[in-house]
Amino acid sequence: MSDSLVSIRDVHFSWNPRREIYTGVSLEIPEGKITAIMGPSGTGKTTLLRLIGGQLRPSSGSVQVAGEEIPKLNREKLYKARRRMGMLFQSGALLTDLSVFENIAFPIREHYDFTESMIRDIVLMKLELVGLRGARDLMPSELSGGMKRRVALARAIVLDPLLMMYDEPFTGLDPVTLGTIVTLIKELNESLGLTSVIVSHDIRETFSIADHVCILSEGIIVAAGSPEELMNSDSEFVQQFVNGKPDGPMPFHYPAGDYTQDLLDGDI
Amino acid sequence: MGSSRTAEITVGALFVLGVLALFALAMNVSNISSFSADKGFNVTAKFGNVGGLKTKAKVTLSGVTVGRVTEIFYDKKSFRATVVMAIDPQYDYLPEDTQASIYTAGLLGEQYVSLEPGAEEVSLKEGSVIQLTQSAVVLEEIIGKVLVSLTTK
Amino acid sequence: MLNFLQTTGAHIIDTLSNLGKATLFLFNVLLGLKDVLLRPKVFVRELYSVGVLSMLIIIFSAIFVGMVMSLLGYITLVDFGAEESLGLLVSLSLIRELGPVLSALLFSGRAGSALTAEIGLMKATEQLASMEMMAVDPVRRIIAPRFFAGLITLPILTIIFMAIGIYSGYLVGSVWLGVDDGSFWSQMQSKVEFRHDIVNGIIKSVVFAFVVTWIAVFQGYNAMPTSEGVSRATTNSVVYSALAVLALDFILTALMFSNF
Repeated sequence: MSDSLVSIRDVHFSWNPRREIYTGVSLEIPEGKITAIMGPSGTGKTTLLRLIGGQLRPSSGSVQVAGEEIPKLNREKLYKARRRMGMLFQSGALLTDLSVFENIAFPIREHYDFTESMIRDIVLMKLELVGLRGARDLMPSELSGGMKRRVALARAIVLDPLLMMYDEPFTGLDPVTLGTIVTLIKELNESLGLTSVIVSHDIRETFSIADHVCILSEGIIVAAGSPEELMNSDSEFVQQFVNGKPDGPMPFHYPAGDYTQDLLDGDI
Repeated sequence: MGSSRTAEITVGALFVLGVLALFALAMNVSNISSFSADKGFNVTAKFGNVGGLKTKAKVTLSGVTVGRVTEIFYDKKSFRATVVMAIDPQYDYLPEDTQASIYTAGLLGEQYVSLEPGAEEVSLKEGSVIQLTQSAVVLEEIIGKVLVSLTTK
Repeated sequence: MLNFLQTTGAHIIDTLSNLGKATLFLFNVLLGLKDVLLRPKVFVRELYSVGVLSMLIIIFSAIFVGMVMSLLGYITLVDFGAEESLGLLVSLSLIRELGPVLSALLFSGRAGSALTAEIGLMKATEQLASMEMMAVDPVRRIIAPRFFAGLITLPILTIIFMAIGIYSGYLVGSVWLGVDDGSFWSQMQSKVEFRHDIVNGIIKSVVFAFVVTWIAVFQGYNAMPTSEGVSRATTNSVVYSALAVLALDFILTALMFSNF
């Protein structure tokens, strides 16, 4: 498909041979849209982003970003490809010994020989986008969780990436900041012409901005479609996940032996 | 930035301190400042027995260090131990018939070569051989001799 | 029995794989030398936090070690009437042995553990991963300057340790215990060889610097990205450094000084 920026085909991945994380994941991320990857905790949603960013290599299968086969790139080409990607980490991952301004200037200083005034212009523009131009001289330790995430967002877009990846952007925020982040992701995607990938398990916020949603469970994509399609899906699993029912195809109980027998065994 | 300036200054101070310490070690603690064996001229002397003499041992003249032993080996032609000494060039006026003896500093100290000037006009120079030598005194030999002389009486 | 073999085997394989990882990592760090030289400002900051901040503990320890050496040496030597050799005793033991070893141990406790904790925390807070995603190699940008800073500063600190130790030993020996000034220094000067003793002492400290900083940065980089993992890595860093320094010291001493 020519209109997908990222295409993942039949990817297998495991941390150790006993526990497979992916058993054949295939998915397409269309250009210019917001795609959400959702699923219960512990299904390896973040791992998928690391595979796209080339920080991990799949045991088999193909990961293509803008036509380039990420796992096969050498170091130099991989680092070049990463300049076209931005990633927002859950914790923000700001460099703690640099100020807000220097954090955002960091990727520019590392990669380009710009003059100080050019760097200043770029950084202030990005900070204005996230509404934190006034906080440029603060240190990361002086910021609230929501502000950290906004600064990290500004840093992630400073090199004008094609692809933005958000790792759990909605967790642990107060309602107001949450609203800000949701709007920012939407606006950035439109104004900068980005392709966005959101990894999350927050149904309401994600469904409100995503164009396309994939649900990941037990190593494969179990359902995909637009938010409306998924809301109206007749699959029991999707209904359980979307509506947050405690029991269903996704069991409440961790697999265990017979309950009565287990209790009786304790008497011996 | 002020903090980076402090860092630069203190790192500079650390380096200066390191160089000063190395200088102090070199000049005050070790013997680099005194005689270095490279500069001297070499003279050899043959001994019947060098005892416990080692390379880098002192060569003295009336107790003043004038050189170092640089090499000790066994000469298969003369069947004697050959000692090569480097003598500081400022002592280029030693007569050719200077005598070399191996002594011990104190009862338990290390052994050294002591030179006693003779009366010749010609001086020792690079490659000269000292003819008059006195071997190291080996304690066991003396004890043995004393014992023999005591028992034969 | 089979179980025992299995766990032992797994342990050996684990150890080997860690060793391999550490070697590859070291190789990458060494390749980062170019990046270090291109960013002198970053390097100076690391020299400061690794070297200057360890200076105080090195100086104070050197003063006390020198004084203790001098006092103990005097008490022993005076029985043999050989207190003139005090300078020799203090200087040789500081230069050959105590200077390099104690500086390396203090350095691993002060700077090494800090390096491990700092790098481990950067990993736990995803700072290293975020750098990778910004197409900046954290090994070259973060680890390499710290490694080379350690490699350079520990030998300098060791030389300072030796000199200060000897001078404080002199203060105790000569000013307090009344050993003759001249013989204190002249005995020292006649027996301490610059090329043999001092240079070998410095070589020791360069080897220690290499090993201690390598262990410190690797433990940090390889730490589990949790608070427990970082604290374990910090402990490991100090313990492994101490063991490596003492074991290497034996080997180096045997190689350097045993033919006497």
